[in-house]
Amino acid sequence: MIPLNWYLLVSAALFCTGLFGVLARRNAIAVLMSIELMLNAVNINLVAFWRYLTPGSLSGQAFAVFVFAVAAAEAAVGLALILSIYRNRQTVIAEDVDLMKW
Amino acid sequence: MDFATLTWLIPVPPLVAFFVIMLFTRRSKPVSDVLAVGAIALSWVFSLIVFFRAVSTPHLAEHPIGSTVGWLPTGDTVFAMGVQIDPLGAAVLFFVSLVCLLIIFYSTGYMVGGAYWSGDEEKGYVKVAADRMKPRFMAFLSLFAGAMLTLVVADNLLLLFVGWEVMGLCSYLLIGFWYDRKYPGEPDRMTPFKAGVRAFMTTRVGDMLMLLGIVYLYSQTGTLSFAAIMRDEHVLEGLLAPSFIAGLTTAEMIGLLLFAGTMGKSSQFPLHVWLPDAMEGPTPVSAMIHAAAMVSAGVYMAIRMFPIMSLGWHHGGPLSAPMVAMSAIGAFTALFAATIAVAQSDVKRVLAYSTISQLGYMVAALGIGAYIAATFHLITHAFFKALLFLGSGSIIHGVEHGEEHAHHEGHHFPDDFDAQDMLNMGGLWRKMPVTAWTFLIGGLALSGFPFITAGFWSKDEILADAWANNSLVFWVLAIAAFLTAFYTMRQIGLTFAGKARTAAAEHASESDWKMVAPLVVLAAFAVITGYVGVHESFPVLGALGNPFHEFVGETLLEHPETIPLDWTPLLISIIAALSGLGIGALVYVLSPLQEGQTDPLRKVLGPIYTLLENKYYIDELYEFLFIRPARWLAETFAYQWVDRGLIDGTLHSIARTVEWLSFRNKDFDTYIVNAAGDSVAGGIGSFGRSFRRLQSGRVQQYLALVSGGIVLLALLFVWLIFLR
Amino acid sequence: MEVTPLHIAFAAFSVLTLGGGFGVVTSRNLIHAALFLIVALFGVAGYLVLLEAPFLAAVQVLVYIGAIAVVVIFAVMLTRSVAGTNQVTHTNQWLLAVITAIALLVMLGFVLLNQFGTVDAPLGAVPEDSVELLGRQLVSPNAFVLPFEVASVLLLAALIGAVVVARE
Repeated sequence: MIPLNWYLLVSAALFCTGLFGVLARRNAIAVLMSIELMLNAVNINLVAFWRYLTPGSLSGQAFAVFVFAVAAAEAAVGLALILSIYRNRQTVIAEDVDLMKW
Repeated sequence: MDFATLTWLIPVPPLVAFFVIMLFTRRSKPVSDVLAVGAIALSWVFSLIVFFRAVSTPHLAEHPIGSTVGWLPTGDTVFAMGVQIDPLGAAVLFFVSLVCLLIIFYSTGYMVGGAYWSGDEEKGYVKVAADRMKPRFMAFLSLFAGAMLTLVVADNLLLLFVGWEVMGLCSYLLIGFWYDRKYPGEPDRMTPFKAGVRAFMTTRVGDMLMLLGIVYLYSQTGTLSFAAIMRDEHVLEGLLAPSFIAGLTTAEMIGLLLFAGTMGKSSQFPLHVWLPDAMEGPTPVSAMIHAAAMVSAGVYMAIRMFPIMSLGWHHGGPLSAPMVAMSAIGAFTALFAATIAVAQSDVKRVLAYSTISQLGYMVAALGIGAYIAATFHLITHAFFKALLFLGSGSIIHGVEHGEEHAHHEGHHFPDDFDAQDMLNMGGLWRKMPVTAWTFLIGGLALSGFPFITAGFWSKDEILADAWANNSLVFWVLAIAAFLTAFYTMRQIGLTFAGKARTAAAEHASESDWKMVAPLVVLAAFAVITGYVGVHESFPVLGALGNPFHEFVGETLLEHPETIPLDWTPLLISIIAALSGLGIGALVYVLSPLQEGQTDPLRKVLGPIYTLLENKYYIDELYEFLFIRPARWLAETFAYQWVDRGLIDGTLHSIARTVEWLSFRNKDFDTYIVNAAGDSVAGGIGSFGRSFRRLQSGRVQQYLALVSGGIVLLALLFVWLIFLR
Repeated sequence: MEVTPLHIAFAAFSVLTLGGGFGVVTSRNLIHAALFLIVALFGVAGYLVLLEAPFLAAVQVLVYIGAIAVVVIFAVMLTRSVAGTNQVTHTNQWLLAVITAIALLVMLGFVLLNQFGTVDAPLGAVPEDSVELLGRQLVSPNAFVLPFEVASVLLLAALIGAVVVARE
């Protein structure tokens, strides 16, 4: 029997790794990938809680399905945006996209 | 209209005429003339009406004609101003209004033609017409007459003083009437302007002391009304209290101070210096000032205030202090001025000194207690002196016209030809007969020619009183009478007798009727006025009674006694007059002065003559003692040191301090206030500048900040929930 | 604590997931990062199996790995810069990011370990027909039909949007 908090710990670790990646990676696609990591961590969290606390009602799984959908949509749009920026600015470095600065 | 209202109206027409002429009719000589003469004539009519009413009112002094109005509320009481005609006032009113009328009428004819030098050394001298400001002259004469009439009808000392002071102003205005007249080539000669200033300043000295006397009187009695003071036993007794100077009662102190005013206005020694120089004014002015009005005002005031001045004196007893002063100064002045008159060669100057001398007579008469005699002499003197002055004006006019005629005929005169110098006259008897006869009558009256001239009766009464009371005063006055007669005959001889000494006199002619008519009227009065004051005991004429004594004597609380007729002083006075006239005639009429001949008196008296001619050098003494220090005080001390140095210096330093302060203020504003504002703005700006770097445009930075914040909040959460 | 195959599987999947995640955030080469991502996603799928949610695991593999990771690789290839690998992988604020991440992890760990402890009670049973139940829940008006419909609209919008944005 694996304790719940192990799953939760792993999920937290993955989440923090993803957070680090979001904040620290220069390449925008890498940032997107880190975001996917974070979303996956959330998914693990949801399902672990479902399994350990309310296995009878499938709301946890349904929630995870929705997370999948959102993640997919967001990845698609995000990558499209990055492509567009790449075409216009010849760069995929997130730092260089700073037109909104003061 | 009742008589009190009429009395109020007496001074009004000339005053109104003054304003109307000055404001409206200055450009028109005829209109101004008519206005002035009309106004004074109106006053004269009013005066006559009031006078006749007054003489026909028994016991006039107890309820005089007049009325008062409450004028100035002063605490509990009200200071009243009003008019009053009591016997003294009525007598004086009679001659003042008449003589003023005659003089103003005379002036319309006098101030015609003539010219004098004007300008200065740098710009040159030009001859200007002497009559170009005639309307102004008529206006000033009217003001003068109005002021004198105000003084006469006043019922209190304050209104009298108002008239007094206005006359002082008019003396300045009129003596200095030809204010721009200069005497080229004679830089030290008295010009009309200087003479006007001198007259005003000298009388001012007396006026100031008189004002002190008025104030003192008011403070002691609480009133200045004549009736309230001098007809009230209690008030008079109260004034016997000692004053703040040991040995003098209050009344004596007041009397002395008031007499100082008389000394100034009536030209007694030592304040006499202005009167001879006042001859610089046009001749009617001299007549007005020295006969009818101003000098008479001085004596009139003294006569008015006689009850105060003589308080403490009883007939036959010791004189009070003011009376001592009056008799001493009056007698001395009478003799002193007579001696100077002997050596003068200007026709008006002789008359000027003669006036001073006669005023001395009046003052001395008052000083020995001869109240009625002084008043009598005042009135008769007004007539014959006015006559003499106007006559001299006519003479001068005649000589000036003669100068013009002679000039046309080719004679040349030096630039400084003086038409007033008697040495340039002579033989005018034939050329100006009416003037000559009237002048003779006036001169005889002045000398006191027995029985037929008014001057005799009045002067004799003074001498009689002096004989009875004070022998020193008597002998001084007698000698003065002798000298008076002598210099009068000298004057008549030099002017009219013999042959003309210059071409101007040769071509002289009689003056205009407007000038001659007043002379005739005055001559008539110079004769008949005397007969109202003949002593009752006098043979024949005594039957007239002595209405003057009866009438005027009522004014005093104690009716003055008539001194019994004494023939000794009468005879002495006749001898003095006749011998003076005789010697004068001998020297000057029977062997009249020839052309180019010097005055025989100069040979007889020698250096004394020069002393007399120069008036004992008193003018020079005063210049040294008073005028130069005063000028130093004004020019150097007051102007340079105090005004420019101290006052301006203080102002400048204040201004500089303020300026310095304002600059420091500006610095404060710039460097502190502005800097504060700017630094606040700058600080906010730099704060903003440093803060906007947060907006880097980089998403990852935003995210970093957000997550940092979340972490911190989470930490807080953990600490709060789990660790506490 | 006994070591059951469950534990071993768990450990293995942990290594896969965490290692993959670590690789994603640190690899210089983007293709490598993408591949590491795939590894991590596989690990997550394994977790889902362990947690008796096979359907989700399958969906994970299909959608995440099969679609999203592939699209990411496409994007990486399409945005290759001429130089190939980037010069620097990390931004200037990487230290701050490390600190933040570690702090968050510590805190979360603290909370999780304290709060949820070990659940020793036997787990409840998963229903037999869980997939069917899931399906019913997704379309049942009492349950999640609304979010389901909204999610589909979202996907539609994303689809259109991505096409529009990425169009040449």
